[in-house]
Amino acid sequence: MRAPDTNEILLEVEGVALAFGGVKALRDVSFNVRKGEIRAIIGPNGAGKTSMLNVVNGFYHPNHGAITFKGRTRAKMQPFEAARGGIARTFQNVALFKGMSALDNIMTGRTLKVRRGLLWQVLRYGPALAEEVEHRRKVEEIIDFLEIETIRKVPVGRLPYGLQKRVELGRALAMEPDLLLLDEPMAGMNLEEKEDMSRFIIDVNNHYGTTITLIEHDMAVVMDLSDRVAVLDHGVKIADGTPAEVKMSQAVIDAYLGVAH
Amino acid sequence: MAGGGSYDTFPKLLLRNSAQFGTRPAFRHKDLGIWQSWTWTQVAEIIRAYAAGLHRLGLREGDTVAIVGSNRPKLYWTMMAAQVLRAIPVPVYSDAVADELAFVLAHADAKLVAAQDQEQVDKVLSVSDRLPQLNKIVYDEPRGLDGYDRSRLIAIGDIIADGRTALAAEPTLGKRIDESIRAGNGSDIAVILYTSGTTGAPKGVMLSARNCIDAAIDTTRFDRLTDKDVVLAYLPLAWAGDHYVSYVQGLVAGYCMACPESSDTIEQDRHEIGPTFYLAPPRIFEAMLTRLMVRMEDAALIKRRLFSYFLDVAQRYGEQVLTGRPVPLSGRLIYALGRWLVYEPLKNVLGLSQVRVAYTGGEAIGPDLFAFYRSIGLNLKQLYGQTEAFLYVTCQPDGEIYSDTVGPPAPNVDIRIAESGEVQFRSPGMFLGYFKDQAKTAEAMTSDGYVRTGDAGFFDEKTGHLKVIDRAKDVGRLADGTMFAPKYLENKLKFYPNIKEAITFGDSREFVCAMLNIDPVAVANWAERNNVAYGSYHELAGHPLVYDMVAKDVAAVNRSLAAEKQLAGAQIRRFLILHKELDADDGELTRTQKVRRRFVAERYAPLVTALYNGAHDADISTEVTFEDGRKGKIAARVKVRDMQVIAPAESLGRAA
Repeated sequence: MRAPDTNEILLEVEGVALAFGGVKALRDVSFNVRKGEIRAIIGPNGAGKTSMLNVVNGFYHPNHGAITFKGRTRAKMQPFEAARGGIARTFQNVALFKGMSALDNIMTGRTLKVRRGLLWQVLRYGPALAEEVEHRRKVEEIIDFLEIETIRKVPVGRLPYGLQKRVELGRALAMEPDLLLLDEPMAGMNLEEKEDMSRFIIDVNNHYGTTITLIEHDMAVVMDLSDRVAVLDHGVKIADGTPAEVKMSQAVIDAYLGVAH
Repeated sequence: MAGGGSYDTFPKLLLRNSAQFGTRPAFRHKDLGIWQSWTWTQVAEIIRAYAAGLHRLGLREGDTVAIVGSNRPKLYWTMMAAQVLRAIPVPVYSDAVADELAFVLAHADAKLVAAQDQEQVDKVLSVSDRLPQLNKIVYDEPRGLDGYDRSRLIAIGDIIADGRTALAAEPTLGKRIDESIRAGNGSDIAVILYTSGTTGAPKGVMLSARNCIDAAIDTTRFDRLTDKDVVLAYLPLAWAGDHYVSYVQGLVAGYCMACPESSDTIEQDRHEIGPTFYLAPPRIFEAMLTRLMVRMEDAALIKRRLFSYFLDVAQRYGEQVLTGRPVPLSGRLIYALGRWLVYEPLKNVLGLSQVRVAYTGGEAIGPDLFAFYRSIGLNLKQLYGQTEAFLYVTCQPDGEIYSDTVGPPAPNVDIRIAESGEVQFRSPGMFLGYFKDQAKTAEAMTSDGYVRTGDAGFFDEKTGHLKVIDRAKDVGRLADGTMFAPKYLENKLKFYPNIKEAITFGDSREFVCAMLNIDPVAVANWAERNNVAYGSYHELAGHPLVYDMVAKDVAAVNRSLAAEKQLAGAQIRRFLILHKELDADDGELTRTQKVRRRFVAERYAPLVTALYNGAHDADISTEVTFEDGRKGKIAARVKVRDMQVIAPAESLGRAA
């Protein structure tokens, strides 16, 4: 069962435009994300999906438009501010510390939650120790949740791709985010891995009640997973609604299949 | 016969352990990366609360409770709590597909099912329309079960909590639980274990509490097991082996049952826990050796040299050192060096350093495999047993180990060989009968109360130990009269790391042929090192180079057969490699991973024909069942390879 869908808006994107020199990556894009939903952004290659995510978590600063997250509007936000504010993300190309174990990689997701200063941490004594135990417990819960007990101590570089993706999701979850951004979580996976990943995404949404925004170009996956789907094409939003509505939209069909000229 | 005294039921033993070894660990379970432990006192308190909770759910004396899942403390506790209420636990193989599960649950009249997680709950729910008597499903892992029908599903943790509150509120409930424990007696049915069914539908073997406990008292004495021992509970709950070693011996000896984190982490968990008593079917020892050999292949040259040198040393002296027979001083010294450099590190990697007594059973073990583990100093022994005997029929005492016998009768077991050559026994742990099956029970027993094993065997004259040749009905003869013992040949083949499974044919035929399954781990590793590209198991299995490699193994088996006078005629003339792995989901293996020979022969009849009509390949199409129960078809062309027969050697047979 889904976390109850309220109509409370968690993220509001209004009239965002982004240009790199003469290339207009995004043109006047608006959409919102409701608390507790799984929201997908889809579109053909080069539609501006990743740019959109990068704008949301502060990697890029839009030329126009405003982003309201948890009721606070900002034109410019740095990635670390986004992270502190409760936005976590995974990357299209896995961005993990290859030489570190799965466990340590997920532990890095707790960095922002560490309360004690450097000195305490170095001493590993008293309150710092108690805090670390608490973080470790949280991380172990995630490991259990994602069923990666077997690879806990394995350096991430030695893991197959599908498992690396799962570790990356684990690290994002370790931040206990309000909004989780997933950039092509299923890219390069085989069918079985895709099914596993879909199940984990739904489980994360159900179990932790995390709001999820994901980018994907595998239509079938998106339609099964999402509550609402926004479709981008050449930087313009061409459709927005439930998966059923989007599937029927002529603009979407044209964008994906091409139009005879 | 050793008596259980006043402790003739498991709940009474639990109370005894709580009083005697109160602060010693009873259970460990790796959860969230940490080994959690419960002492006997804690367990006794939990079981009391759990039983109270189950009583409030309507569980009564004589009801049956099915348990589906892997080795988890809460599932073992379900057995204990059921026994407190004098209900009967029925563990079920957790990898059973829904239909098999439905059969057992319906046959056992299960009122309540304890399931490990969502996967098992789903399976039970999918067949629940066939189970009108099923009332509640209780579960251990809540994950993913949020949206399920709450009226039938309850978390085990909640039942325990509810029982605890109720016990505090109404003293009469506590009294009722205590009375139920007192009223329990040795003749109660303690558990029903369903056989895996090598032939036909599973049968429910009923065991009484007194028999279980008496048998376990004998064997704990035999191997001097105490509350200081530790076992890793990792075998299927429904297998007599696990029930005996983990649950019954655990309660009788008061030792700790450690439950692994998940079925994928057993290796690591074994390494961390360091069990002192270890039971494994031969295939697990085989798999360990295969992985070891694969890793050795990848090791540096110096390590490989050391390994092979000291393995030779071990082969020469290891067995004598272990049994305490005289060894020349130089041999002793070099073996000691080997122990320090190779054997102990090896055992440590396998998680077997602390093992005092290890048993293998359930199937015959290859002599070379057996010798390997003994030579590196693992006190590995064989036992021969059956669910109907509640495990032990024979077992090898320390110091009297022979790879070709299964040992003298276990304590208080009475064995005789019938005129037909069949092994028959009476034992303290003997079963009461098959649940709801008078006819089958009568078939399995002789008129004077012995149990028929269905195995052919004889007592070795020199040692007085029992030798089991094969399933009585499997031993046959070739057309020329040569004895054909399929299991014996198959075990020889399976010792080679490349060969995972083998089925031989030859009864009433001109010559012997074999169907093989390659071991995907070993062969994939070989393929990687030799730049052999392949896309699927099927492609790898059919690769000409793989055939060449396997042919070498088969030739080696033929050479060793040539050295044995009676079996020289039973050399393997032709073989093929199957295009798919034999699988229990397809009915080709039992849930305990034994080959169902006849079923396989029927299913692959075109291949058997090709083996005997001289064809060089054959087409086969078979239905396969996927893990979720869906079915599909796979078709393949399988090649047949001819082998040279080796002339019998000049009677240079190994001294027995």
